[in-house]
Amino acid sequence: MTDYDVIVVGAGPSGSISAKTCAEKGLSVLLIEKRQEIGVPVRCAEGVSKKGLERFVKPDEKWIASEIERAEIISPSSHRVVLSAEKAGNEVGYVLERKVFDRYLAMLASRAGSNVLTKTSAVYIKRENGIVRVGIRSMGEEEELTAKIVIGADGVESRVAKWVGIDTTLKLNEIESCVQYLMTNIDFDPSTTYFWIGKKYAPGGYIWLFPKGKDSANVGIGVMPALAERDAKWYLDRFLKENFPEGEIVEVVVGGVPVKGAIDTAVSDNVMLVGDAARHTDPITGGGIVNGMIAGYLAGLTAYEAVESGDFSERFLRRYDERWKAEFGESLVRNKKLQEKMLKLEDSVLDRLIESVKGIPIEEMSVKRLAYEIFKKHPRLFWDLREFII
Amino acid sequence: MKRLAVNRYKCGYCGACVAVCKFDANELIETYLEIYEDRCTLCMACVKTCPMNALEVVE
Repeated sequence: MTDYDVIVVGAGPSGSISAKTCAEKGLSVLLIEKRQEIGVPVRCAEGVSKKGLERFVKPDEKWIASEIERAEIISPSSHRVVLSAEKAGNEVGYVLERKVFDRYLAMLASRAGSNVLTKTSAVYIKRENGIVRVGIRSMGEEEELTAKIVIGADGVESRVAKWVGIDTTLKLNEIESCVQYLMTNIDFDPSTTYFWIGKKYAPGGYIWLFPKGKDSANVGIGVMPALAERDAKWYLDRFLKENFPEGEIVEVVVGGVPVKGAIDTAVSDNVMLVGDAARHTDPITGGGIVNGMIAGYLAGLTAYEAVESGDFSERFLRRYDERWKAEFGESLVRNKKLQEKMLKLEDSVLDRLIESVKGIPIEEMSVKRLAYEIFKKHPRLFWDLREFII
Repeated sequence: MKRLAVNRYKCGYCGACVAVCKFDANELIETYLEIYEDRCTLCMACVKTCPMNALEVVE
């Protein structure tokens, strides 16, 4: 007998959905969160696709800050193109209030039967005789618990991955270094998300503005350390000075977003990784909430089957790898390749591209139409990007 | 002796530096970044990654 069937390390969306899924299947689950408050500090721009979110939870105004209808892309020389949400890719739709959302998901996990502990870190993992010994430090008190399976949902800085020898270390072209301010006293349309692209703004990344209601917005930046000459904050501050000089900062958010593409495996004996810990974020958008929740659900399902079969080996758990790869593995690989291509485009090319589609009415704008315009005006570029747009 | 230092007034405890460390030379304990100097090789990966410019090599 073990203390728990499953211990989930980390109570972000991936961890909470993992715990919820396991508990709903009748497993005994402990969900631990190292922070004293679930959802705080936020490390996210909070954008999520409606469809992706609604697959797991019913939208609730308590944690939806804004509903987004369109995305505006701004080129280095300020050419603008507007895309409607469903055509702009899947990271527009809702802007969440993660502080409330994360707690809501943890509550769902708890309601399904999971135990939840905050201010509680995992401090080691030892695997012996087919089970796991997990050292936890809960409000300063150390204790050892046993479990059949550990789900590592411990974020970009995952310790669980390191302890069990899954190498997820990010190279300097596999991470976006991000800073975001929640700003007020700035002008924006509350149902539009804005993206500033090009080296001029953010080497290897982009600048975003995501509305949170009418009066404030997340304005943030991601830069790739391999390409940036200064820190992310420096680039963001420079942008704000030029573009929103009157803006006031009411919150600072800092984060590292994996843009690695798909890792080979997110499992080891007794252990599965989900979400940022498994580098499940999209390399183009940096969005990770939906993939994380999908991974959490699949890891929960796999944990249930493993407990049913009494087999917690890496070999058995590989079916979790197969499942997340079937859901979004290919898109991670493809978007990493596309990101690499896009990073090679000079700012002048981005300008011409955006300029060439400027006059097209929003309802006619789609990826296909974009491709057509690129083909017409930039045949060589089209050839280079063909595998992504045909 | 050169060593890596964290400016705690700048650090946003985001963990990006932990994600890029090949040498397991740092750890984010809640909101406290721990640096293990014996394992740090001063490879500069974390210094380049820090969004807040909170890490630096000092004498």
